[in-house]
Amino acid sequence: MRHLIDPMDLSVQEIDHLLEVADDIIANPVKYRDVCKYKKLATLFFEPSTRTRLSFEAAMMELGGNVLGFSSANSSSAAKGESVADTIRTVGCYADIIAMRHPKEGAPTVAGMHSTVPIINAGDGGHNHPTQTLTDLLTIHREKGRLNNLTVGFCGDLKFGRTVHSLIKALTRYENITFIMISPEELEIPEYIKNDVFKKKGIAFRQVRTMEEVMPELDVLYMTRVQRERFFNEADYIRLKDTYILDMDKLGNAKSDLCILHPLPRVNEISVKVDEDPRACYFRQALYGKYIRMALIMEMLGVSADEN
Amino acid sequence: MKIDSISNGIVLDHIKAGNSMEIYHHLGLDELDCNVAIIKNVKSEKMGKKDIIKIADNFDLDLDVLGYLDPDVTICVIRDGKIVEKTKLALPEKIVNVVKCKNPRCITSIEQEIDHIFKLVDRENRVYRCAYCEAGVTGKE
Repeated sequence: MRHLIDPMDLSVQEIDHLLEVADDIIANPVKYRDVCKYKKLATLFFEPSTRTRLSFEAAMMELGGNVLGFSSANSSSAAKGESVADTIRTVGCYADIIAMRHPKEGAPTVAGMHSTVPIINAGDGGHNHPTQTLTDLLTIHREKGRLNNLTVGFCGDLKFGRTVHSLIKALTRYENITFIMISPEELEIPEYIKNDVFKKKGIAFRQVRTMEEVMPELDVLYMTRVQRERFFNEADYIRLKDTYILDMDKLGNAKSDLCILHPLPRVNEISVKVDEDPRACYFRQALYGKYIRMALIMEMLGVSADEN
Repeated sequence: MKIDSISNGIVLDHIKAGNSMEIYHHLGLDELDCNVAIIKNVKSEKMGKKDIIKIADNFDLDLDVLGYLDPDVTICVIRDGKIVEKTKLALPEKIVNVVKCKNPRCITSIEQEIDHIFKLVDRENRVYRCAYCEAGVTGKE
């Protein structure tokens, strides 16, 4: 049984195939509207989510399938103390595929050990979120037309942001990516990314403190939120918070085809004035999330439009 | 100080000085009926000082536990007063229920009767990662 727990579970070839399928779905949605007819997706969300759950459900509906599940642990038997293993064994009786979000890290691995149907990790605490990484890759691919020869800036909370860590790992598999890390010292990428990912693969990266100093170089800017609770010291937070807010002034010397991404939800780290700029890709990114999930569901269920 | 040699049993030699008590507990040697001798801070040419454990009986050692706790240990099997087998250990690729994951956000902190599994990711630095949450733990130096 194949599951998707970690974004690196997929080879580059498999990711390329998913991107191709997603592109075809965008171009020919009608072709795919019945490919999952009579199939059921269970969305097991042990903690709340907006984009991920709804995009999974929309994806399955657009493939002609059905959706069942719950959107918080309180409305499931987890509230009665049921284990993940038992929940998964039970749900496997009713659904053909499961998308699962859980606050505990590694919960989807446990699910995968006991499941009779494919499991897709829809986020496990601060650990993995593979479909966000796939969404990010599809967005970059569609907006830039390639996944190699890019200068990518990651900005904000690079220490705790799981989406950043996963995307860095995924992008190191493509050629000639220049990585620039824009963060306060307190929120730099963790040592394990520096050692296990960059150093091990012999990939250079730069660390800078402001986005202005590197803005003209960037092809992609991946924004994340700097959260107050991440700082030991309130004064440091107040001193630094505006440094990592993207506004039209900071975009002044950016490339005209810069691609601005954000995993969302956005709070105030991107000025709403930027939303109107064609370089703001984050809402299109949310839309691409649905298409890549459609491609992934099809792949994991072993169905294709060609069979219809 | 003189400790009698054993005629049948197992000697764990080249234990890093100070590690013997932990090995004693993790291997469950306190539950054995036979004589068990722990000798600490023995002078060693190779190691400066070392610990030795002598067990006057043959039993199945958990090599994964021992390898994780101290991969430099030598296991000598004694029969009729002679060493009949000498085994050098290595760090095991996987350890199950030897250490618990300390990450409070790990699923192992709440899931019932789950095995605590760690996989070796860096032999040189003796780094293991939790099979579920990937939190790191370093083997004994």
